[in-house]
Amino acid sequence: MPLVKAGQIVEDQYVRVEDDAPLPDGVPVLLTAARFLADARDLVERDAPVGVIWPNDRRATELAPWIDRLALIALVFPKFKDGRAYSQARLLRERYAFRGELRATGEVLRDQFQFLLRSGFDAFEVKKPADAAVFVEAAARFSVFYQPSADGRLPALRRRLQSGVPVPRVERSEARERTIG
Amino acid sequence: MTSPLQQKIKITGPIVVTANRVGDGAVIYRSAAGDWTTELDEAVVTSDAAQARHLVAAAAADGLRAVDPYIAPVKLTRDGEVLPGNLRERIRLGGPTIDLPVSFGI
Amino acid sequence: MYHYDELDRILVKERVAEFRDQVARRLSGELTEDEFKPLRLMNGVYLQLHAYMLRTAIPYGTLSSAQLRMLAHVARRYDRGYGHFTTRQNIQYHWIKLEELPDAMADLASVGMHGMQTSGNCVRNITTDQWAGVAPDEIEDPRIWAELVRQHVTLHPEFSFLPRKFKIAVGASSHDRAALAIHDLALRLHRNGAGETGFEVMVGGGLGRTPFLAKTIKPFLHKRDVLSYVEAVLRTYNSFGRRDNIYKARIKILVHELGAEAFAKEVDAEWQSTKDGALALDPAVLAEIAARFTYPDYLELGDSPPALAQVRRADRGFDAWMGNSVANHKVPGYAIVTISLKPEGGTPGDATAEQMDAIADLADRYSFGEIRVGHEQNLVLPHVAQRDLPELFRALDAIGLAIPNVGLITDIIACPGLDYCSLANARSIPIAQEITRRFNKLELARNLGRLHINISGCINACGHHHVGHIGILGVEKNGEEFYQITLGGKADENAQLGALVGPAVPYAQVADVIEDIAAAYVELRARPEELFIETVKRTGVEPFRERVYATR
Repeated sequence: MPLVKAGQIVEDQYVRVEDDAPLPDGVPVLLTAARFLADARDLVERDAPVGVIWPNDRRATELAPWIDRLALIALVFPKFKDGRAYSQARLLRERYAFRGELRATGEVLRDQFQFLLRSGFDAFEVKKPADAAVFVEAAARFSVFYQPSADGRLPALRRRLQSGVPVPRVERSEARERTIG
Repeated sequence: MTSPLQQKIKITGPIVVTANRVGDGAVIYRSAAGDWTTELDEAVVTSDAAQARHLVAAAAADGLRAVDPYIAPVKLTRDGEVLPGNLRERIRLGGPTIDLPVSFGI
Repeated sequence: MYHYDELDRILVKERVAEFRDQVARRLSGELTEDEFKPLRLMNGVYLQLHAYMLRTAIPYGTLSSAQLRMLAHVARRYDRGYGHFTTRQNIQYHWIKLEELPDAMADLASVGMHGMQTSGNCVRNITTDQWAGVAPDEIEDPRIWAELVRQHVTLHPEFSFLPRKFKIAVGASSHDRAALAIHDLALRLHRNGAGETGFEVMVGGGLGRTPFLAKTIKPFLHKRDVLSYVEAVLRTYNSFGRRDNIYKARIKILVHELGAEAFAKEVDAEWQSTKDGALALDPAVLAEIAARFTYPDYLELGDSPPALAQVRRADRGFDAWMGNSVANHKVPGYAIVTISLKPEGGTPGDATAEQMDAIADLADRYSFGEIRVGHEQNLVLPHVAQRDLPELFRALDAIGLAIPNVGLITDIIACPGLDYCSLANARSIPIAQEITRRFNKLELARNLGRLHINISGCINACGHHHVGHIGILGVEKNGEEFYQITLGGKADENAQLGALVGPAVPYAQVADVIEDIAAAYVELRARPEELFIETVKRTGVEPFRERVYATR
């Protein structure tokens, strides 16, 4: 599955290490939650980056002590309809100010790209190569957002206030004149 | 709703495979030569479980044209006419059992 | 009326473009049905028995005449000339083609309408009282809050893939006309002891297989905190709602399994982290939203103009209609008019394109261009000058839309049922029609008084049968249609689930059973003014059960 970062398909720098396998030196490693937690204190001391795959049915708050030491957190969408990882992502990005790579894995389709970006993900293991190829376009589908969210974009409520110009009001007579074309 | 591919195919009488057409949602029946028809009397009718399984699997693979295929019962009259086998299939074929709304005085 | 601006219109247009792309990818095979289905559901597109069905959102049941004309246009151009108003203040079209949907949606978008989030596991249409903004007993207009929350949950990146659907209702009067108790989340505006206005927050209501009434988890929430608190509820649900079993995935199950208190604590713990953040509502934001709600330039008129009484005396039809379909307005000299969409022989809640156009014209003439949709599946003209009532009545009567049966036994709430819906076990519309036929003599219906019948064609309960005074649920037994009857349900501030009368009865007997129940009520009532629902409460179900099953 292609990995997309900053709108480009990239090589995955991280090596996934099985729970019972030895850690390769000097290489970014991606570990399961069980493996990571069993050894967290030592792991975060290593030279090379450490990442963890965090399941979507455990509270992300458990990672709080390690937030500044993790280079990558991979969250999981077992099916794209299972939206628990969106809440985990926002928590990690916004409340815990996680600055590393926040990767969406599992079933990731193009119709979720914008939701994922706005929840704070910046890396995507995309299910279909065709979707990966159109990432930039799909991620720009909407330009207006009602809510403030992790990507820092200004929500509609605030944009209106900022513009300073009074919002054009539709007059009653105009409403009556509007006919179907 | 159990997927037709997982349904334990236990045929107790004649059946057809039916679905909805992708483009407009119309009710369709699997016909001979792997095609679809809106006419029930052009549908393949079988009472054989193996054939039914084959028909519904082929229908399920035809996702470009048909949505949610499944096995539906039919009744055969003495003259060999094929009729829907239950109320739900009667309504799917014949439309709602009530009159559609009409305007009055307008 | 809320006035949408350029930003709102851009969002809806971009949504149409997105859907057009998704439909193209479905038709080309690039998307499988499994992948396409959740996407089309989030635009309100179902696949039903005969065709696709489009559910168009009518936010908190408020329409402009221009919007109603567009709904008529869609019915005419893309459907079979009619639409169905639903129990959640939306409209449904039953004969839609997928290929034409992007065009239908583009037409709707031109008047700011859409099907966004009318289906799928996301926050659905936020409903309120169809008399919002004009009811004499409300503290303030709940629609402002419904709009604020609506915007916040629209295409919300975190809450678009919840465990299951999520329905929110907002109310602002002591008499609950919005059925708050049966919603996943309900916000009830009220004044606390200190005279401040804020929200009672209730969660976990919902009907279906396991019906529950909502529980209060926060007796008083300040207005400033409404968005952060709603997010805390949604986040708790998104994180912990069950995903293993679709029949146990609503928030009502989570609240029931944790207990309301534990659930409230979980929400509160989450809320503490966010209540003073970006979602805290400052007065400027509130003022901006409130400013976009415009109200009519009401004239200064007196109540009960003398001419009205004269017409009532002279015209019995007008008199009956006034006594039934016209309610008091908070502004002197004005009235709230309900248009019943429950004619004999018709389908509850259906309106033809011609009727919609006619009502839009009448709204322009008599109601400042505004119409409302009620969850009882009737329409409302919310700003009618009392002195215009005789003329309005004549115009409605001429087109069969002045039936004085609002709130009576023939004002039946019914889902589309097996005639349309692929989820249904049994038909509901013919049942409603037969009951209406039996009780259609005005005197008979009036003698029975206020009596709500709710009919659902399956356990999904879209007809809200659990909270009907008489509830009718269609089930299937050996390939035949049977119906379970309940009594004593209520959807208002004293909400209650109905109790079963007895074993299910076959299709052909349902109207007979209703006649028996009505006859029993007339015999049992303490006085003619004792309402059906009051009699049931007093006597319990037993005397009715005896009567119904004596010969069955």
